[in-house]
Amino acid sequence: MTEKKLTQIKPHGGTLVNLMVEGDAKQALLATADTLPKLELNERELADIEMLATGAMSPLDGFMTEEIYKSVLDTMHLPHGLPWTLPITLAVKQGQDASIYSEGTDVALVHDGTILGVLHLTSKWQPDKTAEAKTILLTNDEAHPGVQYLNSIGDTYLGGKLSVFEKPKHEILNDYRLDPKETHVLFKAKGWSTVVAFQTRNPIHRAHEYLQKTALEIVDGLLIHPLVGATKKGDIPADVRMDCYNVLLENYYPKDRVAITVFPAAMRYAGPREAIFHAIVRKNYGCTHFIVGRDHAGVGDYYGTYDAQYIFDEFDPAALDITPLMFEHAFFCKRCGNMASQKTCPHGNEDHVFLSGTKVRAMLEEGELPPPTFTRPEVAEVLKKAYQKGE
Amino acid sequence: MPEPRVTIKIPRPLYERISKSIEGSGFSSVTDFIVYVLRDVMSGAGATNELDRDFTKEEIEAIKQRLKNLGYL
Repeated sequence: MTEKKLTQIKPHGGTLVNLMVEGDAKQALLATADTLPKLELNERELADIEMLATGAMSPLDGFMTEEIYKSVLDTMHLPHGLPWTLPITLAVKQGQDASIYSEGTDVALVHDGTILGVLHLTSKWQPDKTAEAKTILLTNDEAHPGVQYLNSIGDTYLGGKLSVFEKPKHEILNDYRLDPKETHVLFKAKGWSTVVAFQTRNPIHRAHEYLQKTALEIVDGLLIHPLVGATKKGDIPADVRMDCYNVLLENYYPKDRVAITVFPAAMRYAGPREAIFHAIVRKNYGCTHFIVGRDHAGVGDYYGTYDAQYIFDEFDPAALDITPLMFEHAFFCKRCGNMASQKTCPHGNEDHVFLSGTKVRAMLEEGELPPPTFTRPEVAEVLKKAYQKGE
Repeated sequence: MPEPRVTIKIPRPLYERISKSIEGSGFSSVTDFIVYVLRDVMSGAGATNELDRDFTKEEIEAIKQRLKNLGYL
């Protein structure tokens, strides 16, 4: 029997980018890196450099230049025409002297005293961050976490190609960190030709489980891909979420059809634009399908419930080249006696089990478990312990 | 920003057949139809070749070993 090809899904732009330098090239760059002007990376930039280095953000080969940045803001496409919706930028930090960085020279990118790589600086500019927020986040409201981020960084962006020596180190979840190359090999070894990705930054309750299993009915495998980069204050910590996912998978999911690995990205809370970004990046991990539920990547009430689904209509499906699976709000219906969605259930809200996040948090803090029609008891137990420990 | 375009010649009878076939299909022009078909064909063909070039046999074996160690395989 001939071995199946690695996968039929092509990375965005055709090639999985690899910015890691090794051997002589690495030694040559390292020899001079210590003499270069340095720039400390913040938490979002650390996540970005990791994703750029491993090809998760293919075809990007560095932090965006002004030309690419403007093209993404204005057209939601890269200058050569591929869809791309979020700026991936590197900022000089507040209070730092931007004049030490000059176009045509290299900059050492540093975290905790370690030089992770070199930026070959070709573009330095002062962005209009108010316009960026309005275009990408659709708001300038300072309560929005994305606006807060833009206000926290400096007023100069640096762009150019990257050479990366080492990926950022992580204290937790290292056994769940697979690069795009590794997920491609995993899917092939599992014999999955079609794989649906599920993005989440929350525990998986019954509604999410319903979406995932409905999607799994039409593909070979499910990749649960929880985001573990920077999130806003109040979101449940990644290690607690991972305990929730594991107990759920152990008890309720088929082991040969499901994999869980972590997604190192930072949240932008950019709603519709971030949904497109999340889909494109999952294509680079080797996925063929992507679940888009209600208020994907949203926060507060900045975006319409289904805006993150409607935005897919603005793109050429062949250029995106990953199939979005759109789902409406899901719930347990007491009259149907099963999970359903607004699309499949004829009954009214009075028959649907719905608990707000605030209500669930209050119950867990009181040591009370939400009903099994809302969340699996095993998941509820993990959350109850975490809340009672004050996490 | 529109994608840069080039001109490709196809036989006129084929052009006319496509032109009739796409009436009412949602494709607004023969060009749109041809671009759609070619992208579909190339996404399959390109994928296999590009990725097989990207991964050496040794690299795949090393990744498989890590996946086994982590319990994925």
